[in-house]
Amino acid sequence: MSNGTRGNDRDSQAAEEAALSARLRSLGERLDQVGSRRDVETGSASRSNADMSAFARGMRLSAELVGGVVIGVILGWLADRWLGTSPWGLIVFLLLGFAAGVLNVMRSAGVMASPSDGRERK
Amino acid sequence: MDDPIHQFNIVKYFTLGHIGGHEIAFTNSALFMLIAVAGISLLLIGATRQRSLVPGRLQSIAEMSYEFVADTVRSTAGTEGMRFFPFVFSIFMFVLFINLIGLIPYSFTVTTHIVITASLALMVFLTVIVYGLWRNGLSFFKLFVPSGIPIYILPLVTAIEVMSFLSRPISHSVRLFANMLAGHITLKVFAGFIGLLGAWGILGYAGAVLPLALTVALTALELLVAVLQAYVFAILTCIYLNDAIHPGH
Repeated sequence: MSNGTRGNDRDSQAAEEAALSARLRSLGERLDQVGSRRDVETGSASRSNADMSAFARGMRLSAELVGGVVIGVILGWLADRWLGTSPWGLIVFLLLGFAAGVLNVMRSAGVMASPSDGRERK
Repeated sequence: MDDPIHQFNIVKYFTLGHIGGHEIAFTNSALFMLIAVAGISLLLIGATRQRSLVPGRLQSIAEMSYEFVADTVRSTAGTEGMRFFPFVFSIFMFVLFINLIGLIPYSFTVTTHIVITASLALMVFLTVIVYGLWRNGLSFFKLFVPSGIPIYILPLVTAIEVMSFLSRPISHSVRLFANMLAGHITLKVFAGFIGLLGAWGILGYAGAVLPLALTVALTALELLVAVLQAYVFAILTCIYLNDAIHPGH
């Protein structure tokens, strides 16, 4: 009798497990469907997002060059003022600043991702 | 007719006190910053009060802005960058609200003053330096010494890299400031044409249609620029913070 109930228990357990896995599977399928439908629905949104970030990247370039030149002028002018090396500090730092500005533009444009990439290309 | 620069005037409302001989005044700039902060707080607190599983309109705005900024931080600075999420989120929402509130007629745009944008950019810049040094120690300076460069041009490249690093707060602040300033001046100039042409009588009315259409189009463009510049400011913050977290390139 005890064997019988245990067997019944095992049977009912197996049935429960089967039912549970079936429910899980159907839930998973339904989730997949919803997920794919959501992907289709939000496809346009993510595309416009990509456009927006491309536009944003374009606008980022606008100030990079100016920033480099301006910091060159500031540092050169300060160096001349403190060290009395006029006009050499301004000339040297302006050239360095211009180079830094071009470097900034190339970096943010993705032409030159990082210095380690540059080594391989060289 | 007002000149187009008049909108950027700082008006003092009352004096709060004096610190070291400098007058600390409550200005229209401070007022609009307060309005922006109050707007953000109201939106986020009001939106998260209900915490329903299926978000309502307000709650989905808050959730979308959270996910948008979180995605930006994760994709540019990695999961480690998420410790700076509150910082980036605050900056993004602050700049976004200031830019959008500035588009309302008769309001004041705080970001058209370079003092504000430069303060924000310097805050990011100093955070990068302090956190980079605290986390990486002296190896933070590897940022300026690219690997694999021949020794005879290494000093020159390092100098250029240092300059490039120092120019960041300038380009970071000038971009936001210049875009907002130029946009608002253009808008005001074109809107001013409508009044000038309208003063010429019936022929002027016909002519005023063109600047009116342009003003409408420019307002839409400015709305895009306002959102975009807030996004650019936030993503650049993430990129700079990424250098503080992973300085070895």
